[in-house]
Amino acid sequence: MIRFLIRRTAQALVVLVLVTIIVFGLSRLLPGGPARAILGTHATPSNIAAFNRENGLDAPLPAQYWHWLSGVVTGNFGFSYVLNQPVSSLLAQRLPKTAFLAGISVLLAVLIAVPVGLYQAVRRGGLDDYAVTTVTFVLYSTPAFWVALLLIDVLSVRLHVFPAEAPQGGFSAIFSNPGAMVLPVATVTLVSVAAFSRYIRSSVLDELAQDYVRMARSKGNGQRAILLRHVLRNALSPVVTLLGLSLPFIISGTLITEEVFNYPGVGLLAFNAATSQDYPVLLGTVLVVGIATVLGSLLADVGYALLDPRVQLGRAGGSGS
Amino acid sequence: MSLENVTTVLSGDEPGGVPEAEASGGWLWLRAFADNKLAVAGLVVVVVLTLFSFLGPLFYHTDQIHTRIGMETLKPGAGHPLGTDDVGYDQLGRLMVGGQTTLEVAFGAAAVAVIVGVTWGAVAGYLGGFIDALMMRIVDALLAIPALLLLLYLATVFQPNVVMLIVVVGLTAWLVPARLVRGEALTLRTREYVLAAKTMGVRTPTLIGRHIVTNSIGTILVNATFQVADAILVVAALSFLGLGIAPPATNWGAMLSNGLNYTYSGYWWLTYPPGIAIVLTVVAFNLIGDGLRDAFGLDTRRR
Repeated sequence: MIRFLIRRTAQALVVLVLVTIIVFGLSRLLPGGPARAILGTHATPSNIAAFNRENGLDAPLPAQYWHWLSGVVTGNFGFSYVLNQPVSSLLAQRLPKTAFLAGISVLLAVLIAVPVGLYQAVRRGGLDDYAVTTVTFVLYSTPAFWVALLLIDVLSVRLHVFPAEAPQGGFSAIFSNPGAMVLPVATVTLVSVAAFSRYIRSSVLDELAQDYVRMARSKGNGQRAILLRHVLRNALSPVVTLLGLSLPFIISGTLITEEVFNYPGVGLLAFNAATSQDYPVLLGTVLVVGIATVLGSLLADVGYALLDPRVQLGRAGGSGS
Repeated sequence: MSLENVTTVLSGDEPGGVPEAEASGGWLWLRAFADNKLAVAGLVVVVVLTLFSFLGPLFYHTDQIHTRIGMETLKPGAGHPLGTDDVGYDQLGRLMVGGQTTLEVAFGAAAVAVIVGVTWGAVAGYLGGFIDALMMRIVDALLAIPALLLLLYLATVFQPNVVMLIVVVGLTAWLVPARLVRGEALTLRTREYVLAAKTMGVRTPTLIGRHIVTNSIGTILVNATFQVADAILVVAALSFLGLGIAPPATNWGAMLSNGLNYTYSGYWWLTYPPGIAIVLTVVAFNLIGDGLRDAFGLDTRRR
């Protein structure tokens, strides 16, 4: 167990270093490099050269990377010359909001997807399995922004139940106006439920085919007991890992949702940064989300190892067999 | 982008089994696929929509380049079966042109993703050891970055056109096929016939191409199908964020997001036709993928 933890942590560290190298590489992808990103598209070559000299950007790339990385480690993610603020403080304002939106939505999605997936697996091939599968298939195949706008069309424009704009301003605005959170949360939840329930359905189907299920049944256990006590527990442990890894997917989903509802989280920050060519902010967001994902999947794997004793014998991820 | 892709990551590490149908040789999987009514229905939808987009303009002539003032947002009726859009393009003809771009980008991006991913995964899995570990950590690192954020960045750096979109979307999507094929390669490399070929002095690139890749063809084909479905949604999302292809070119995602500006004017024919076309195509490709996966006897949880 200890050996697994050490190896898994070392792996995560390597991945973290690679993430920083990728983001650094992305910043050098711009024609003109970071100078162009900061000085804007109208900078003259001599301006760029002067900027590069001042900021040590004419040094060899590894030295530049090292300089940049030592800044990142101390919390210096660069400076937004468009918003005139350090990227780190922008992210600190916006991250809790996205974390809140994503957290609630994922929690709801799991709470809905687990019973739905379980029901589908038990009724496999039945009319209700087909009905639910159709709904999740269509939902999964619908662009998230259309889902969001259909929700607005029906629930806010026609029925006036919920407002179409998310709470603005600080974090406390969410709590003073919870009704405005309903549609953004519903969008991210719906999009995630579609994908989660498909996964849980096949996960449960795999478990139902295992020998221990037949064993439990031959010992005279009822269907309900088998499902709840044996199948669900085993089918759910890979879901922990799934959650850790699905962070980038959820962030992509919240990005669209934040844009539609004008919800001031990191997604909207990144989107506005992209439209105003504010590259330090965009890359800072990429870096922070990347780091969060690596740490998230590390946590998920550790949690998985604690839940599933089989991991101690072999590798993590050897699920379902 | 897609969570289904994430789920495969979980099983991607597992050394995969060689598809049963293939092990017994021949084309048994094709018969199994043909028996799957939903998958065949999906294939029919894809074929019909492809013919509609590429051959339709030969029979139904419309001007999709010049905007026409005074002909905007006409209701569906004589002359314009699906009405006209906000700058006077015939909506039915636009659906065909948009379908061409959508399908071209989706197939192109899927091809790029599969070619890069399969090569990467096969090489990593076959070579094993330190190189494998390093190559897979690179994949892990790229997986940690949300595809949409990366695309947002790349689309602002490079001006999007069809080729650029294919490359950029393809290069954010190759990670899952890489993990899947690497899993296959890990088991295949210990097979007797691979060892025999190695002993006989077959060069490594030939060996990977002829034995590792060909024997993972089931996994590759299934993933390619899902890649097409995902690419359609990714391009739609990018178009919605204003990072699609510049007019007069268009795609279904761009048509849908453009039409959504007029939701409250009641111009339903601007949103529902392209929206339904997207949903139909993506559902169809997912059904084909599920059908192929069952036909090849692959683990239901992988993509």
